[in-house]
Amino acid sequence: MSHFLFNFFALFTVICALGVVVNKNAVNAAMCLLLCLAGIAGLFVQLDAYLLAFLLILVYAGAIVALFLFIVMLLDMQGGVKKPFKRMTVAAAGVAALLLAAGLGTLTNRGQLQAPAADAVPVIGSNLKLYAYQLFTTYLLPVQIMGFLLLIAMLGVIVLSKKFDGMEDVK
Amino acid sequence: MISPGLNEYVFLSALLFAIGFFGVLLRKNTLVIFMCLELMLVAATLALVAFSKFNGTMDGNVFVFFILTVAAAEVAVGLAIIVALFRKRQTIQVDELNALKN
Repeated sequence: MSHFLFNFFALFTVICALGVVVNKNAVNAAMCLLLCLAGIAGLFVQLDAYLLAFLLILVYAGAIVALFLFIVMLLDMQGGVKKPFKRMTVAAAGVAALLLAAGLGTLTNRGQLQAPAADAVPVIGSNLKLYAYQLFTTYLLPVQIMGFLLLIAMLGVIVLSKKFDGMEDVK
Repeated sequence: MISPGLNEYVFLSALLFAIGFFGVLLRKNTLVIFMCLELMLVAATLALVAFSKFNGTMDGNVFVFFILTVAAAEVAVGLAIIVALFRKRQTIQVDELNALKN
């Protein structure tokens, strides 16, 4: 059962990720990203990280994708002239794809990581108390820094989106 | 039937990262490039959660916590920059944003 669920979510996620990349319409790409994140959240549930799955849906799907959709509709950049790829880009992408395929193939054939089966390890990811304990002891300083980071990001966004008088852009 | 192991999750994570990477390489729309960047970030978090689960530690999960926060801040600032860019240049296609070239 768990193997079936893994296969289902993995396939779903990969197809939606491909949808993000190949979709011409930016709104459809954002919708594919949303579905892809839902699939990843399903995989997180399989890995017993219930809180992270919930946060992924809340933060990514709820806030980030909504922001993306908002900006896509605000800028309204549909259509436009489609330029073909440069030959150099195509060649570079082909080489990169071959290298990646070789890497993934090697990973599956040779690079088997030694890990116990999923049933053998104790389930600790679902324990909320452990998150809180880690966040307020070992990772207390990073939590503070994250708070400052969010504050700075907020100030930065305000400064970026505000129009100042007398600071007309140089042409 | 055995349940999926660490290798499957790492493979899936690498595959998603590769898909996002090719999106960043090949797309011309800045917004879609940004979405593909987010995809790469989420692929990395999947690997972290998988390692955390199979090693029986909490650190990977807590790290994903921080990655989510950074991603939220990054998206806010990045989209603000894209909007400012659009206001100034009237385009968000990367081909036409070549003011620093030459």
